[in-house]
Amino acid sequence: MGSAISWLTTSDNWGGSSGIWQRLLEHLRYSAIALVIAAFIAVPVGLLIGHTGKGSGFVIGTTGAVRAIPTLGLLILLNKLQPLALWPVEAALVVLAVPPILANTAAGVAAVDAGARDAAVGIGMNGRQTLWRVEVPLALPLILSGIRSASLQVIATATVAAYTGLGGLGRLVLDGYDTQNLGKAYGGSVLVVVLALLIEGLYALAQRVLARSREGGGLDHLPLAPVIEAPAIS
Amino acid sequence: MLLASVPEWSGAQLSGNWGVIVHYAVIHVQLALAALLLGCIGALILGLLSFRYRRVYAVVLAFSNAVYAMPSLGLLFIIAAITGRILDDHPLIIALALYTLTILVRNIVEGLRAVPPAVTDASSAMGFTRRGRLLKVELPLAVPAISAGLRVATVSTISLVSVAGIIGRGGLGFLLTQGFQKDNPWEIWAGVLATVALAGIIDVLLVVATRAVTPWRRIGVRNG
Repeated sequence: MGSAISWLTTSDNWGGSSGIWQRLLEHLRYSAIALVIAAFIAVPVGLLIGHTGKGSGFVIGTTGAVRAIPTLGLLILLNKLQPLALWPVEAALVVLAVPPILANTAAGVAAVDAGARDAAVGIGMNGRQTLWRVEVPLALPLILSGIRSASLQVIATATVAAYTGLGGLGRLVLDGYDTQNLGKAYGGSVLVVVLALLIEGLYALAQRVLARSREGGGLDHLPLAPVIEAPAIS
Repeated sequence: MLLASVPEWSGAQLSGNWGVIVHYAVIHVQLALAALLLGCIGALILGLLSFRYRRVYAVVLAFSNAVYAMPSLGLLFIIAAITGRILDDHPLIIALALYTLTILVRNIVEGLRAVPPAVTDASSAMGFTRRGRLLKVELPLAVPAISAGLRVATVSTISLVSVAGIIGRGGLGFLLTQGFQKDNPWEIWAGVLATVALAGIIDVLLVVATRAVTPWRRIGVRNG
């Protein structure tokens, strides 16, 4: 562990085109692109499934099946299609990020109190208004939980992406390992873990602020942890 | 002599290489089971403590949220740095056991807490001691919740073992990285599909086992 600390505290290791800052930016860029794409796919489909109540079995099934796929294998297979391109990595990250967002969005909308929905219809809202003005606001904490869970998975997997030759923080770990520079490998691992914890902390803070900003704080009972913990395969 | 006994994938085809797949699948299962067993023991100890002492649960929850957020590759190397043994299987087993523990401990506590007060009151009235009630009433009733957590932990663990393919270990994960280096799609596909198949088989076994140890649930369903 001492070698990691001395590597991390050497300022030469932070700058330059293969320095820590550059790797961190790459890592964040890969992750952000994948998350935005995944959210654009998963949120609308999740809203549709939750609103209509159709297809939830399919969601639960695929969520579990995706969990069983070894990330490294998925990355390697996609990378074979066009080595060293960015899109195979982004595609693998999107595949991992869609299920948690989709499942949480669908579950969040489906879990909206039937009374609230009836009341919306009772005061004359049509289906679209009910969705946007009642169901989406009430489902927001769970949708955010899904995005939080997807973010963690994407950040973790972007680390593995270095194996197929791209950048990101995983590059530090693997280059350090390959060149027997264990200080670099361990230091890079510390950075990877710290980044994940920081993101997790930011989401926890955001969810707390969101829950508190709501009238009466009546949403405190909603689970902050993602609901995709539900088992699936079989 | 020892190296000669490790089967090597030959050629760019599947036939003739089933022995290689089985060899690495066995290692894969051994690694996963070691991690699961270790994680289960830890989760049970921490779960029972958390069930009894609320303050312990707050600490355990904070710890498990943090561990769950950590990327496996980073956690693997950090544990390797702490133990100083990157080239053996201990860091991998410890890292995966930590994930199992964090998934499972929550389900154990929530499962125990979900036992209806009427049931615990009745068993106390029947003369169960605190320990007897825990072992014969509360834990059995929490089995479905614990089993749900165990299934998630098992599937995740089987899939995560492969990450160690990056350092030339990790059971079927080794087929992934070797297939990548030798540019052999058969070997890569074999690694991926065998991993998914293993996860599926073990998941089915867990479902069957859960049904077997909770016979009262089936009776309840049949009688409506």
